[in-house]
Amino acid sequence: MSGILRFLEMGGHGGFVWGAYAAVALVLLVLGLISWLDLKRSEGELKRMEARLPGRSRPVGARNRA
Amino acid sequence: MHRFANPARFAQLAAAATPWGVALTALLFVAGLALALFASPPDYQQGETVRIMYVHVPAAWMAMFVYVVVAAGSASALVWRHPLGDVIARAASPIGACFTLMALLTGSLWGKPIWGTWWVWDARLTSVLVLFFLYLGHIALLHAFDEPSRGARAAAILALAGIVNLPIIKFSVDWWNTLHQPASISRLERPAIDPSILAPLLVMAGAYFAYFVTLLMVRVRTELASAKLRAFRAALAAQG
Repeated sequence: MSGILRFLEMGGHGGFVWGAYAAVALVLLVLGLISWLDLKRSEGELKRMEARLPGRSRPVGARNRA
Repeated sequence: MHRFANPARFAQLAAAATPWGVALTALLFVAGLALALFASPPDYQQGETVRIMYVHVPAAWMAMFVYVVVAAGSASALVWRHPLGDVIARAASPIGACFTLMALLTGSLWGKPIWGTWWVWDARLTSVLVLFFLYLGHIALLHAFDEPSRGARAAAILALAGIVNLPIIKFSVDWWNTLHQPASISRLERPAIDPSILAPLLVMAGAYFAYFVTLLMVRVRTELASAKLRAFRAALAAQG
């Protein structure tokens, strides 16, 4: 038990060390989650749009560009 | 190589590679965190606070590397009008902003116990803050115009102008008298870091890089789908 507490204490600097790791985890997870949800939303919307316009894999007048 | 620069083919390839990227990123993070938190020793001067380095330094490296990616994408869009250039710059910019924010936050959390202050206006810290503002400006410009191509052009010009900040960040600790320490790892010299500390640092850097590549693929796919949606809507509007 005291070993775990000593590990969490980080030599009296636990707040700084764990704060840094928590900040990194939060930023990486939030950015990853937002990006993934954006992808699913865009792909879902695109599928619905393509279903509304059957027979067209590419919109009228659109060239082969992003 | 050039055939992968076709947006449709790139999206296909990215969709297939994304699960592998997620797995590799998770694996590297688990290994990196195990090494950083359990295997590496405390520093003889900084004690346990040295463990902040394992999340701070790779974030700072990636902040600069991603900016190079954004500038290269912008240059390829501006000069060669390559359709993927804009898409990559647009997709990478928020990731770079997040890496820069991470470098600033973790640097501040490291600075307080070591320097006794959260922040100083020294050349390294200030130039990294400027990098963060460059990213924010780039993102703002991308969304500032009704016509996306105009926003992309303005953002690309800003990205290219801002590249001058990268050597300032890199050499600020040599050119000026800063509180921030000079580089401990150089391409030309042997690292001044013990292997027990260097190994977790490099594995964490690999994890950040894998995260970036994986997320870039996800965001590029989103951008390509959004561009297709815009074209659909424009075609529908033109039909009345």
